[in-house]
Amino acid sequence: MTTTTAAEPTRRDFLYIATGTVGAVGAAAVAWPLVSQMNPDASTIAAGAPVEVDLAPVAEGQVIKVFWRSKPIFISHRSKKEIEEARKVDVKTLPDPQPDSARVKEGHDQWLVLIGICTHLGCIPLAHQGQYDGFFCPCHGSVYDTSGRIRGGPAPANLTVPPYEFVSDTKIRIG
Amino acid sequence: MSGPSTYQPQNAFLKWFEARLPIGGLIHSSFVVYPTPKNLNYWWTFGAILSFMLGVQIVTGIVLAMHYTPHVDMAFNSVEHIMRDVNYGWLLRYLHSNGASMFFVAVYIHMFRGLYYGSYKEPREVLWILGVIIYLLMMATGFLGYTLPWGQMSFWGATVITNFFSAIPLVGDAITTWLWGGYAVGNPTLQRFFSLHYLLPFVIAGVVVLHIWALHVAGQNNPTGIDPKSGQDTVPFTPHATIKDGFMVMLFCLFFAWFVFYVPNYLGHADNSTPANPGVTPAHIVPEWYYLPFYAILRAIPNKLAGVVAMFGSILLLAFLPWLDTSKVKSATYRPLYRQFFWVFVLACLGLGWLGSKPAEGGYTIAARILTAYYFIHFLIILPLLGLIETPKPLPNSISEAVLKKAKVAAGLVLVLGLGAMTLLASGSSVSAAEGTPHPPRNKWSFAGVFGKFDQAQLQRGFKVYKEVCQTCHGLSLVSFRNLADPGGPGFTAGQARTIAAEYKVQDGPNDQGEMFERDGRVGDRFPPPTTWKNEAQARALYNGTVPPDMSVLAKARSYERGFPLFLVDALPYFAYQEHGVDYVVALLKGYKEKPPEGFALPAGGNYNEYFPSHSIAMPPPLTDGRVDYSDGSPATVDQYSKDVAAFMMWAAEPHLEARKRVGFQVMIFLIIFSGLMYFTKKKVWADVHKHA
Repeated sequence: MTTTTAAEPTRRDFLYIATGTVGAVGAAAVAWPLVSQMNPDASTIAAGAPVEVDLAPVAEGQVIKVFWRSKPIFISHRSKKEIEEARKVDVKTLPDPQPDSARVKEGHDQWLVLIGICTHLGCIPLAHQGQYDGFFCPCHGSVYDTSGRIRGGPAPANLTVPPYEFVSDTKIRIG
Repeated sequence: MSGPSTYQPQNAFLKWFEARLPIGGLIHSSFVVYPTPKNLNYWWTFGAILSFMLGVQIVTGIVLAMHYTPHVDMAFNSVEHIMRDVNYGWLLRYLHSNGASMFFVAVYIHMFRGLYYGSYKEPREVLWILGVIIYLLMMATGFLGYTLPWGQMSFWGATVITNFFSAIPLVGDAITTWLWGGYAVGNPTLQRFFSLHYLLPFVIAGVVVLHIWALHVAGQNNPTGIDPKSGQDTVPFTPHATIKDGFMVMLFCLFFAWFVFYVPNYLGHADNSTPANPGVTPAHIVPEWYYLPFYAILRAIPNKLAGVVAMFGSILLLAFLPWLDTSKVKSATYRPLYRQFFWVFVLACLGLGWLGSKPAEGGYTIAARILTAYYFIHFLIILPLLGLIETPKPLPNSISEAVLKKAKVAAGLVLVLGLGAMTLLASGSSVSAAEGTPHPPRNKWSFAGVFGKFDQAQLQRGFKVYKEVCQTCHGLSLVSFRNLADPGGPGFTAGQARTIAAEYKVQDGPNDQGEMFERDGRVGDRFPPPTTWKNEAQARALYNGTVPPDMSVLAKARSYERGFPLFLVDALPYFAYQEHGVDYVVALLKGYKEKPPEGFALPAGGNYNEYFPSHSIAMPPPLTDGRVDYSDGSPATVDQYSKDVAAFMMWAAEPHLEARKRVGFQVMIFLIIFSGLMYFTKKKVWADVHKHA
């Protein structure tokens, strides 16, 4: 190979690399809509708007279930006894340490709002059941206390508290 | 697929794998070292283009099926859901619907190329017959797919096509009932059509594999029609054919993209934007453009059974072509007589296509009969005779020799096929307008053209007209309040959209007592139905037997026939005209006359309108000067109201129009650059071959 012929391949290689690169960019651009279309569409996102729930009809000791973003939301009107049980536990001994006060809104201790989905594998726990009379998941036996904190079984974390706020004393907006 | 493989992998794993499953060797021998005649012209790239289009259709189709609902009550709206709400749904759906047409454009070029160069002759008979089978499967798949959006054309197309089978003596009715799964086209029909529409492309893919296998056994034909004699006559498939095919695929994409982004509804029918109505047949029922020649043959014959037999026969005849053509010479380049008859045949097919789009009456029927007869004469009489009487030109000794002499291929092929295809494409899409109806005048629209954008102030005014006038009777059921604040729309703020929503009462429930209740609208709600009528029966009782149509897609559901040759121009860059629907709406709103012309008997309850197809419209003139207050100083006139509300309807029907044109421009720029690079790469790859030619 002489130097004169070596110059040729360089120019040709540049053309090949440029073509290949532009082609790869194009392929990636084509892939994007195909990926993006599987994300929630505009109507699904719009349907995920916040929902308001009137708490007035919920009696003490009652747990109601509403839906927000297709997820079941538990709203528990806790009794004095339930609150006390939740508060007297030594937080440090818990698998997922969190004080009860961090799981309710200040001044609304009786209202516990949870996403009713077991943190293990997505089943819906049963209310007022299990060792702690909190929640019990029938699928794989996870046990939650009256604050929705994990106390036993395979679930790794406490039941999630969804974003919500009190619009008035008897009304919350979830989302 | 051609002899023992020379593939010798170096990598240890590949060696291990190759000894167990020699797929690398298969690919290597079929698509890398496979010898391809060096004199193939660009017409030979359509095989690759077709493979590419099959891939596009399968990929976009699988995606659409994730969002589509095959049920008579939901199919139409689920397609609109794709167009409005799904991320890039409009793009994927337009790719798929226009992709079907592009697939047929490519297959017709591919088939005519085969006819011209005698690619069906010995030893390629099986290859050709497999091609005919693929073509039949494509037609079935295209038809099944067209029924899925469940618009008027879907429904009536399905009805007409399935009725072909009722022509079969004795068992015809039983077969049609079996196809329908009911007493007429209905939900069972739609569900099985969806299932089969999903299945058939994979069957096509399977037959394509056989087609390519047969091709690689017999070897490719070439413009001379003589077999390669030595290595001098061929080049390896990769990189030569690969890059050449790739370059043409990109050029084809450019053509495809123009339709997808700038004239996406040109090849469709406005009537298919009206939901299926089993009680009313559209005034002009026309199949998709790619079926038109066969539709013309069907209608040319005044007997039901004979018509259906002729139509299917005209396609099946192609399978016998290898034996009908008695000439031993393959390429038309060396067959002076056949070459002329070939072009006459092309014109006859285009003529049949054009006639298929015309009403079956008078001169059209006579012409269709002559061309139908010619179609069969071409195959059954001309081709067998020609082989006996024609004296072919001397064949070159080898491909290399022919390349040196360079027999020029008719450049006119591009022009004729291009123009012809356009004629067919467009004549299939022209839609109803009763005789004696003047053409709506064209208006200037901000959203027309390649860089079109909606005029936000106009959309807001148009919305005001809708709200204060139209919505009393006309729904807007597919539009949500949130859309008012979407990009590319009327440009309301999120807060304004909330306020507008709250002005509406929306039915909700049931509440804890099990009762339905009314509440203020929220942005996520759709526009509530009109308050003046509860159901269609009540609307008919109130409005002189008609139901006020929903305005969500109305701007796309209305059109008018532009006639030859204007409709050809409508698809072209720069001249592109896609605003038939809005122009019709404006003309209609302004087209009321207090007194019908002499001799026109206006039915009771009708209002005379110059642009309405029957001239008698149930809707009284809805607009009067000054009826709606404009705060932006625009004239409060019927003229202005009409244009504003029509623009608003265009947005409601095509909410992603701006995004479509913007993305389209980026895609076009990319494709031009990439095609250019591919072209130069191709030139580099082929430089050696051309030097030694």
